[in-house]
Amino acid sequence: MQQQLQDVFDRYTGEQSELIPILQDIQDVFGYIPSEAMSETARFLNLPASTVYGVTTFYAQFHLSPQGRNRIHVCQGTACHVRGAEKIITAIQAHLGIAPGETSQDFEFSLEGVACFGSCALAPVLVVNDTVYGKVTPAQAVDILEALR
Amino acid sequence: MPTLTIDGRTVEAKPGATVLQTALDAGIYIPHLCHDEQLEPYGGCRMCIVDIDGSRGLPAACTTQVAEGMVVRTDTEPVNRVRRMVCEMMIADHPDECLSCTVNQTCGLQKVAAYLGVRSQRLATTGRQAVTDASNEFFHRDLRKCILCGLCSRVCHELLGVGAIDIAGRGFASRVTPFGDTGIGESTCESCGQCVDICPVGALTGKNEALPPVRTVNTICPYCGCGCGMELGIRNNRIVRVRGDRGNPASRGSLCVKGRFGLDFVSASDRLTTPLIRRNGRLEAATWNEALDLVAARLIAIRTAHGAAAIAGFSSAKCTNEENYLFQKTMRAAIGTNHVDHCARLCHASTVAGLARAFGSGAMTNSIAELEHSDCIFVIGSNTTEAHPIVALRIKAAARHGAQVIVADPRRIDLVRFAAVHLRQQSGTDVALLNAMMHVILQEGLADEEFIRARTEGFAAWRPTVIDFTPEQGEAITGVPADRIRQAARIYARSRQATIVYSMGITQHTTGTDNVLALANLAMLTGNLGKEFTGVDPLRGQNNVQGACDMGALPNVLPGYQAVDDAAVRDKFENAWSAALPDQPGLTVVEIMHAAVAAEIRALYVMGENPMVSDPNLNHVRKALAATEFLVVQDIFLTETARMADVVLPAAAFAEKDGTFTNTERRVQRVRRALDPPGQARPDWQILGDIARRLGYPMQYRHPAAIMAEIAAVTPIYGGVSYDRLQPHGLQWPCPDADHPGTPYLHQDTFKRGRGLFHVTPFRAAAELPDAEYPYLLTTGRVLYQYHTGSLSRRTQGLERIAPPGTFEIHPRDAEREGLAGGDPVRLYTRRGSIEARAIVTSRSPEGTLFMSFHYGEAAANTLTNDALDPVAKIPELKVCAARLEKRPDTTGGR
Ligand code: SF4
Ligand code: SF4
Ligand code: SF4
Ligand code: FES
Ligand code: FES
Repeated sequence: MQQQLQDVFDRYTGEQSELIPILQDIQDVFGYIPSEAMSETARFLNLPASTVYGVTTFYAQFHLSPQGRNRIHVCQGTACHVRGAEKIITAIQAHLGIAPGETSQDFEFSLEGVACFGSCALAPVLVVNDTVYGKVTPAQAVDILEALR
Repeated sequence: MPTLTIDGRTVEAKPGATVLQTALDAGIYIPHLCHDEQLEPYGGCRMCIVDIDGSRGLPAACTTQVAEGMVVRTDTEPVNRVRRMVCEMMIADHPDECLSCTVNQTCGLQKVAAYLGVRSQRLATTGRQAVTDASNEFFHRDLRKCILCGLCSRVCHELLGVGAIDIAGRGFASRVTPFGDTGIGESTCESCGQCVDICPVGALTGKNEALPPVRTVNTICPYCGCGCGMELGIRNNRIVRVRGDRGNPASRGSLCVKGRFGLDFVSASDRLTTPLIRRNGRLEAATWNEALDLVAARLIAIRTAHGAAAIAGFSSAKCTNEENYLFQKTMRAAIGTNHVDHCARLCHASTVAGLARAFGSGAMTNSIAELEHSDCIFVIGSNTTEAHPIVALRIKAAARHGAQVIVADPRRIDLVRFAAVHLRQQSGTDVALLNAMMHVILQEGLADEEFIRARTEGFAAWRPTVIDFTPEQGEAITGVPADRIRQAARIYARSRQATIVYSMGITQHTTGTDNVLALANLAMLTGNLGKEFTGVDPLRGQNNVQGACDMGALPNVLPGYQAVDDAAVRDKFENAWSAALPDQPGLTVVEIMHAAVAAEIRALYVMGENPMVSDPNLNHVRKALAATEFLVVQDIFLTETARMADVVLPAAAFAEKDGTFTNTERRVQRVRRALDPPGQARPDWQILGDIARRLGYPMQYRHPAAIMAEIAAVTPIYGGVSYDRLQPHGLQWPCPDADHPGTPYLHQDTFKRGRGLFHVTPFRAAAELPDAEYPYLLTTGRVLYQYHTGSLSRRTQGLERIAPPGTFEIHPRDAEREGLAGGDPVRLYTRRGSIEARAIVTSRSPEGTLFMSFHYGEAAANTLTNDALDPVAKIPELKVCAARLEKRPDTTGGR
C-alpha cells in the first residue's frame, strides 16, 4: 500500500487544497479509501487526521470500506419512494443478505440507497454499475442482479 | 470608529468588528451558539440572524462586519420565527434531561430557548444515533446533547493546533468525532479540556463536576512557568472545577491538562498534616512547638560547633516570591550563610550566567504574547508543546499567520509539524550548529552591521572565531546537513522580527553557558533584540523559578541580582535587615551535595524541593543527604527527600495561601488563598517567620503583602510592585517605581550592561560521550502529562494512567539490533547506576539516542545522569551521558 500511496502523492505538491483530488485518486487505486491511506494523506498534507476523516465522510462518493464488483443504487427520492422503492430494497436485501451501505461477503455486490436520480418519470429507478433500469418490480430487480453473476 | 444603530440605540464599534460582538459588548443580547471571540467567524448555528436595513435576507450577526450607519434590529418577529424553528430542530433530538445535566442553568441552549420562548419538544425526533464516550480520563462526551456548533473542534484546531476532533459525515449523520470514529481516548487528544470549557451545552463535561462550585477564586497555576491564570471553583473546601482565566494576558483563558485536570494533589489524602520528628529512626508526629524548637536548637548547635558555613538551604521554585525572599533572608540574616540555592541551578543557571554576561540581565527578553507576531521563531532545545504548552500555542498561532518556525532538536518534537526546517543536531553539539549558522550569516552579508556598531562590543575579536567555521564542519560535528544549516541561517537572518526560544536542551550541558552565549551572539549579530516581537526567550521551567531567582535564592546574589560580594550592596541590606551578612558567594546545589559528603555541610534545610528525584547522580545525592547531621524538609508531601529528614514541617499548598509567582515572561502575578490548609499545615512564610524568631532574629509579617512591600524597598527591579497594582494583569519587571507600567521587553535603547557583549564560544564536546562500553547517548526531558519530580502531577490518577512510569524511547533500528519490541523490559546502565524501564520503539528519538523523562522516583532517570558541571554556571549535564542496555526476561507478561 505504501508504494501505491507514494505514487499518488508524487503527483501532488502537498498543498492542503489538494485533499479532494488525492482522495479521488486513492479511491481509483483501491476502490475505497483505506484508513491507513487517510492517515498517510493527513501526514502528506500536514493536516490533522480528523480533518481528512471529516472530509472523506462528508462526501457520499467516498467509501470507507471495499466495495463490491457490482454497485447497486436504489433511488429513494420522493417519486420512487411513492412507487415502491422500499419493496425493491427489501427484495434485494432478502436476496443478497446485505442492507444499504453494505457489501456482500464475496465482494460481488454493494447496495446503497440514494437521493433522486432525476429520472422520476421512470420511477422506481434502479441503477446498477451506471446502467439505469426504470419501472422495475422487485422480481425484476433480483433477475437483473442475478444476470450479473 | 463606525457608528451604527442597534435596536434604536446608537453604538460605537471597533472597525472590523462583527455586529454580534459589537452588540454583546454594548450589552445587547443576541442569541448565539457557535460564536466565540477567540475563534474565526463561523456562522453555523443561524441563531444570531438579525434584520439589517438594506441587506437581503437575514444575515448572521457573527459573520457580518459593522459598517458606518448600519441599522440593525435584533428582536423582530420575522427574525425570532426563524430562530424558533432552528431552536426547535435542535431540541427535537435533544434528550429531555436538563434537571440532571451538569450545565443546567448555565447551558447555552437553555438560554437561547428561554429567550425565544421555546418550551417543549414540538418536532418529532429524527432518530439521530449519537454516541456517548467515557474514554478520556477527565471528561465525558455525550453527543446526544451535541448541537453541532463546532466550537469544540474549532478550538481544538484553531487555538490548540491539535485537531483531535472534527465534524464528520453529513446531514443527520453529522457528528463531532476523532479520526475513524474511535473513542477520544485513542485519538491525538491532549486532554487540555479546552473543548469542555467552550461547549455551550452538556455534551462535554468534566468527570469530576458532579456539583457546581459555590464560589470561585482567581489564581495562578502551580505547575509551569507559563503562569496561566486559572479560576478555581470551590465547594466544601475542595477544588471542584478549574477554568482558564480569560483576562490573564499570558494564557488568555487557556490551560493545559495539568492545570485544568491535575490539581487532585491539593486535596490528596496523603498531604502532610502535622510536623514529624525522627525518633529512634522513625518519623513520628510532633507538635509545632516541638518541631520548631528542635530545628532552631539543632541549627544553633551546628552553627556554634562548625560555623554558619556548615549550614545550607534549598529554597523552592514552587513557593511564592514572598516565601523565597524570607527563605534566603533567614539563611543569610538569621543564620549567616550564603549557601542558598534551588533547582534553578539544574535548569537555567546557565541562562542566568550567560545572558547576564552578554546583556546584563538573565531573563526572557520579550513577552509570551509577542511570539504570535514574530515572523520567525527559532526553537532550540525546547519541547515547547510538552514543557510549556501555552507558550507553544502562541508559536503555533504565529505559524498559522505565516511565521517561519525553525526547530533545532534531536527529537522529532510536536512543533516540527509547524516548522519550515527541522535541524536534528546530535545532543550536545549546539554550539557547533550555532557557530556554523553565524558563519553563513557573516559570509552572506546578512548581519545587521548598524546594530552591531551602535549597540554591541567585542564583535571584532569574536568575528575571526566563527568566520572559518563552515557549515560542512558544522555538519561533521552535529550531523545536520550543511545545506539545512544554511537554510535555517538564512530564514532567521532575513526575517524582520526573529525570536529565539530555548529551554533545557540548551542549558543542561557542561557547555550550557556557552550555548546561551552563542544564542546571544546570534541575536546580536542580526539585531534581533531590544524590539517588540524579537529577542532571546529562555522558557523557565517551574511556576516560580523566575521569582525564586529574582528573590535571591541563589548563593551569589541578594534579591534583584545584587551581588553578595559588592560591599555597597551588602551595606544596604545589612541596614535594611539589621544583621551582618556573609560576603563570600556560597555553594551551588551540586557543590552542596559534595560538601555534605565531605562533612563540610552538616545541616541542610530543604523547602519544597525533592533533590532525591530531580538532581543528577541520585546515588550520590542519597549519600549526601544521609551524611548530613541534620536535615529539615518543609513540604506538602512526604517526598523521597522528606523520608530521609530529621524533621518534616507540613506546608500549605498554592491554593491555601496568598502571595505572588513570577512567570517566565517576568510577570509578577497574584496567587490567592482559596482553601484552608489540611490539619496543622501552615504557609511557608509563616513557618519561616517562626524559625527565624527562634534563631534570635524576629521576622514577623501580618500578610504576604507586607513582605512584598519590603521586597520592593530593597529590590530595584521590583521597586514599583505592590499588591494593589497587581490587579488584574500583574506587572512585568523591571518595574522600578510606583508609576512605572512594567516592561514587556528588555534592552530597548541600551542593554542593561550598556552594550551587548559578543563572547567567543568554541565548540567543546559533552563531558561523557558514547563509547564501545556505553554505546548509546542518553538524554532526558519532560512529558506533557507529568511535572518535575511528579509529587504534584502523579497524584492525579488520570495523568498517571496516561503517562505511567518507567519507559524510555529507542529508535526502531536500535531496537532491532538489541532484539527489542515495544514494551520489552530492559535494564539501563550508565557509569553511575542502573534502572529498569520498558522500551517505546519510535523514530521520534534519532538512532543511537535513548530518551527518558525524569519525573518518576521509582524509575528515576537521574540515577543515570551525569553530575559533571558547566564551569561557569555549575549546572549539571542532565541532557547527555553514555548508556548501555540489557534486555531482561519479561516477568510480568508485559503491559
Ligand atoms: S481536550 Fe483539548 S486536545 Fe482534546 S479534543 Fe478537547 S480541545 Fe482537543
Ligand atoms: S460537543 Fe459541544 S462544542 Fe462540540 S459541537 Fe457539540 S455542542 Fe458544540
Ligand atoms: S502547567 Fe503551565 S501551561 Fe499548563 S496550565 Fe499550568 S501554567 Fe499553564
Ligand atoms: S425520485 Fe427516484 S429518480 Fe427522482
Ligand atoms: S452564532 Fe452566529 S451563526 Fe452561530
